[in-house]
Parts: sequence; structure tokens; C-alpha cells
Amino acid sequence: MSTHQMHVHPYERNWMYFSAVLLVLFATAVSVAAFGMGIQVPAPEQRVDPRTVATDPNSPWSNPGLREIAPGKYDAYILAHAVPNWEFLPKELSIPVGSSVTFYVTSSDVQHGFKVQDTNANFMVIPGQVSKLTVKFDKPGTYNYICTEYCGSGHGIMYGSITVTP
Amino acid sequence: MKQYQLSTGEKKFIGLHLLVAMLALAVGSLFGPLQAFEHAGWDVYPLIRPLIKSYYQGLTVHGVLNALVWTTFFIMGFLTFNVMFGLKRPLKNMILNKVGFWVMVVGVVTAAIPILLNQATVLFTFYPPLKANWAFYVGLTLVVVGSWVEGWGLFMTYVAWRKETPNERTPFIAFASILTLVLWQICTIGIATEILTMLLPWSLGLIENVDPQLARTYFWFTGHPLVYFWLLPAYISWYAMLPKQAGNGKMFSDSLARLSFWIFLVLSTPLGFHHQYVDPGVPPVWKFLHSMLTFGVFFPSMMTAFTVVASLEHAGRKNGGKGALAWIGKLNWSDPSVAAQLLAGILFFFGGIGGLANASYNVNLVLHNTAFVPGHFHLTVATGVTLSFMGISYWLLPYVTGKKLWMPKLAVAQAWVWFVGMIIFSNSMHVLGLLGAPRRVPLGLAPYVPAEWNSRLFQVGVGGAILFISGILYFTVMLKTALNRETVTEEVEVPIAEPMQDPALGPVWLDRWAPWIYGTLALVVIVYGPQLVEMISNIALTSPGFKPW
Repeated sequence: MSTHQMHVHPYERNWMYFSAVLLVLFATAVSVAAFGMGIQVPAPEQRVDPRTVATDPNSPWSNPGLREIAPGKYDAYILAHAVPNWEFLPKELSIPVGSSVTFYVTSSDVQHGFKVQDTNANFMVIPGQVSKLTVKFDKPGTYNYICTEYCGSGHGIMYGSITVTP
Repeated sequence: MKQYQLSTGEKKFIGLHLLVAMLALAVGSLFGPLQAFEHAGWDVYPLIRPLIKSYYQGLTVHGVLNALVWTTFFIMGFLTFNVMFGLKRPLKNMILNKVGFWVMVVGVVTAAIPILLNQATVLFTFYPPLKANWAFYVGLTLVVVGSWVEGWGLFMTYVAWRKETPNERTPFIAFASILTLVLWQICTIGIATEILTMLLPWSLGLIENVDPQLARTYFWFTGHPLVYFWLLPAYISWYAMLPKQAGNGKMFSDSLARLSFWIFLVLSTPLGFHHQYVDPGVPPVWKFLHSMLTFGVFFPSMMTAFTVVASLEHAGRKNGGKGALAWIGKLNWSDPSVAAQLLAGILFFFGGIGGLANASYNVNLVLHNTAFVPGHFHLTVATGVTLSFMGISYWLLPYVTGKKLWMPKLAVAQAWVWFVGMIIFSNSMHVLGLLGAPRRVPLGLAPYVPAEWNSRLFQVGVGGAILFISGILYFTVMLKTALNRETVTEEVEVPIAEPMQDPALGPVWLDRWAPWIYGTLALVVIVYGPQLVEMISNIALTSPGFKPW
């Protein structure tokens, strides 16, 4: 054996090839899902001032709720707050089945999470930032949206619900 | 050949690290079952209200003491041992290391006071604008600074050794330990910046507001390499000690072991955005880049799996093991140090697979902040790392105290009980996460829990109870060992698995520090720099503090 050479056992070399192939497969699957099928993570949307976002009359979150922007297409402005009582505003939304809803969520105090059960909508809610993601609701039923980041003692009771009517 | 001997004072110094680590784990682990019981609907917190006010105060104690204090103190003690024993020389400047250690101790006490007074119920991630008492941030800073100082002491020792022995290859355990400390120095820049430029002046009232998105970015700059800081010391033991203990095995490939450590150094830091896939303030292009680098760090993990298993197979066959897998049964399972680390490795394998799922960019939309995440890190840090450290302590405590390990059979049982409890606990947490259950919620009291979660929530409680029994066994064995009247007749043999191939025959570039460190820094600047510059130049200090607990 020559000196100062990398000595790699054939079994180990094969294992490294196998690992590399496996990683390429994973990376391809993730990339196809992201760029081919459009399953994307949130992108920067807009910045807001958390101190005034709930009260400024020009802020959509001073009057949170659903806006129908086209038939079957909605924007949902949702405000998360821990003070005074850990809730999402509004607490309830109702839409007809087949609707597509774009959520715009922000916080007027601490960090929160926003996860709509049984959908891909799951993101951080960070004061100063607006989180945006679109979900299409193809099945009637009740979908809870729950807070997924610790935001104080009432974190575990913080949720709302979407009723998707047939 | 007689092994290199540490002085009594040096052993005592390492023993002090173990003492603080174990005290932290003992207190922190008291709260583990309480969180688990709470999931099953058995709310114990009202009973201890005079002492601990809430589930979240308990969760903060659990996270800070177990994930930050137990790990850091054990690691600093173990790495200090590895450097001295590996280089066969005393510390260059013992006083510096002692200063570092005591700064860490003062830091823990300083942070513990507000935590116990319910003034820092911010969990171990302390995301602003949750605002803790200033002493919490001062305490954390001192722990990090103390660990830096201890690291500098070890670097000086290494440099002195290098001057004395310019032509020798760095012995593996010393090499890997120094590398782990280099990683720690680089990655803690994030958390230091977060605390010193934002959280500390803010908690002292010097600034009014902070930028929570930027704070999260600093935090995760440190947060992911932090898990490698926990993990690499366990890997050192798996690579270079466990094969020896398991049956006089040798390390299969010294060169590839070193190469995988170098890749861990290079790739551990520049991938922190994979904890921020669903943050609104980070552009997807950077998140995607970090996800690909995260896949990259999977590669040395696979190399580690190969080398460690091959070295163990060498041990098993030396013990007379045959067949494709039957050799596993011939490993020294009756040695508690071996049993604990083998079981830790088995569960860590599954933790690694779950980690790949977390890291997979858009797959994280389904998993982020669900119970899947604590399910995952109880397989990795709470088993792969913690159960391995328990295994290491089964020889290291007798080594530093000169006391005989008390009831080794009970110690073996402890490892198995942990293994069983963790399978039940962690499996049910993973399933709950896939069903949509959030993390960090006392689910026994949450109003939105569907009936289909109930059987799993019950299993979380059962798993927690079994783990608690294992914890009691561990501390019984440790305490009884420390107080044991029976001393070891000869100094405990330090298990070192010699490499199959002489390290001096490996490539020289595996023993050069500068190119790797410059490369690491360059990669960090490339994949973090532009976005950090963007966020800092557009900093929005608009969030005042809140204390909603």
C-alpha cells in the first residue's frame, strides 16, 4: 500500500455510492414537489408594525376576516394575539367547498404558529412579518387552525376553526 | 504497556464537570415525566404549584437543564479528558480551564434563579418578544463564554503538543475533540450576537424593541450546529472507544473517520435555515439551498454508520461471532457501557431518518412544530447522545473517582429500560405529530384534541413513566458508585480502539487545520452572508417585550 493515500475499502466505497444515490433521490423528490408540483414554503410577503397592526384603520388586521376577491377565491386576514386571551381573530370562518383561501396571518405581540389541520398550511407567525399561504378546501367539514408555537400560558387553548360547507 | 496517567487533580477537574452535568440531568429529568403525564391527562402540576407554577415553567427547566446544561458540562469534561489522554500531556494552562469551568457554573446559577422564580418561562429557545429577566440572558452568556475559555485552554494545549511533536499525526480522540470545540467556537457567534446586540440590552431596558425574525435567524445559526456539538462527542466514543469495549475491536477506517469529522465541521453551520422553512421573513431560495446542504451533512452520517458498524463487527467476530448479523449477539452486552451505547446507536439510526424528513424542505410543512419534532429529538439528543453519555459515564466515573461501578447488572438494566421507554414515548410522539398534534402543548387540557389521539397520548404517559424509572436507576448507580467503599484495584482501563491502518499512512491533508477552517468560514459567509446583510440592513426594531405566563 502506498503511503499518504486515502485507503477506502471496496465495501465502504460502494456504501458511499449508495449514500450519494440515496441523497440525489431525496433531493430530486423534494425539488420536483417544490418546483414541479408547486408545494412551496412561505416567502417574505410584507412587513408591518406589530404595535399598530391591530388598531391602525388602514391595516387589514384592524378588521380581520374573510374577503371574497373572486367567486370561490378568498383572502383571510387573521390576527394572532396572546394578550389578553390567546386567540386568533376571527375565531371562525365559513366557506363553501371547493374554495381557495389565501391566509395572511400576523401577530400583534409574541411569536405564534398557524397550522390548519389536515392541510399543508403550517407556518410561523412572527410579529413584524406577514405569513401567506394558499389552501384549497376540496372536502366539506371542520378544519381547526391551531397555534403551534409557545406563546405563554394559554398557548394550548389557542385555536379557531374553518367550516367548509357542502 | 501502561496507559498514560492523569493526575488526581486532573481527574477531579473532569469529575466536577460530570457532577454538575448529572445534577442538571437529575433535576431536569424530574420534569420529563410530568410533561409526558400531562399528555396522558394526568396533570400533576397543581400538586407542585407552590414550587413550580406551570407546565411551561417545568418545560423550561426540563429543556434548559437537559438540553443545554447536562450536555455542555458532560461534553466539556469528556473532551478535556480526550485532549489530555489523547495527547498524553497535561493542560498547557490549567488555571485558564478552571476559570472557564467556574464561569460556566456561575452562568448556570445566574440563569437558574429567574427560571425557578418563574421570571424566565421562555423555554430553551427563548424566542423574543417573550422577555425573560435579564439574569437569564446573563447566565446563558456566561455559560457560552465559559465554554469558549475552556476551549481556548484546550487549543493552547494542542498547539503546545504540536510544537513538541511536529511530525506525529494527531491521535484520533484528541483530533475529533479539538474539531468539535472549533465547531462550537464558530457556531456560537450566532447566539452571542443575538443576546449581546438584542436580548440583553433589551432586558436591561437599554433598548425598547427587538426584531424577532432576525433574532430567530441568529438563534438557528447556533441552534443546528449545537446538535452536532452534542452528537460529535458521542460519535468519538462510538468510533474510537466502543469497538474496543464491545470485544477488542479496531477502528475500521481512521482516514474516513477523520474525513467525516471534517465534513461535519464544514457543513454543520451553514444550514440553519432548515429550522426556518416556514418562517415568513426568509426567502425560499435560501431555504432551499440550506435544505440541500442539510442533505449533504447526511453523507458523513452514513459514513459514520458504516465505519462504526464495521468496527463493531470486527469486535463481534473476534468474540467468535459468525453469520451476517449473528455477530451482534457476541458483543459484550453485559458491559453496561457497551449496552447503553449500542442501544443508543440503534435508536439514533431511526432518529436520523426522522431528521431527514424534518430537513426535507416542503415536507416540513406537515411536520413543523408538531409532536413529531420532540419525538425526533428524544431519539437523537435524549437517546443517541444522552444514553451514550450515560454509557460513557459507566467507565468514566469509576476512572475519575477510582471507585468500582456499583451493580453493573442494574446499569445494564437501566439502558434497556431507557430503550423500551423511549420506543414507546417516541413512537407515539411521531405518530401524534403526523396526525397534526402540536408540540409544546399540554395536550391533556387542549380543547381541540380529537378522540383518535387519545390512545397515543396515553402511550406518551406510559413511555415517560418507564423513562423515569430508568432515570432513577441511573442516578442510583451513579450515586452508589460515587459513594462506593470498594475501590478499583488498578486504574480503570481507558477503552481505545486502535485503527486498523496506521494513521501516519493516511493523507496529510487530514491533519491540516487551516484549509478546513477557512473553507468552513467561507461557506458560512456564502450561504448566510447575503441574507444576513439584507436582514440587518432592513432591521425592524418594532417588537416590545411580553411576559404572557
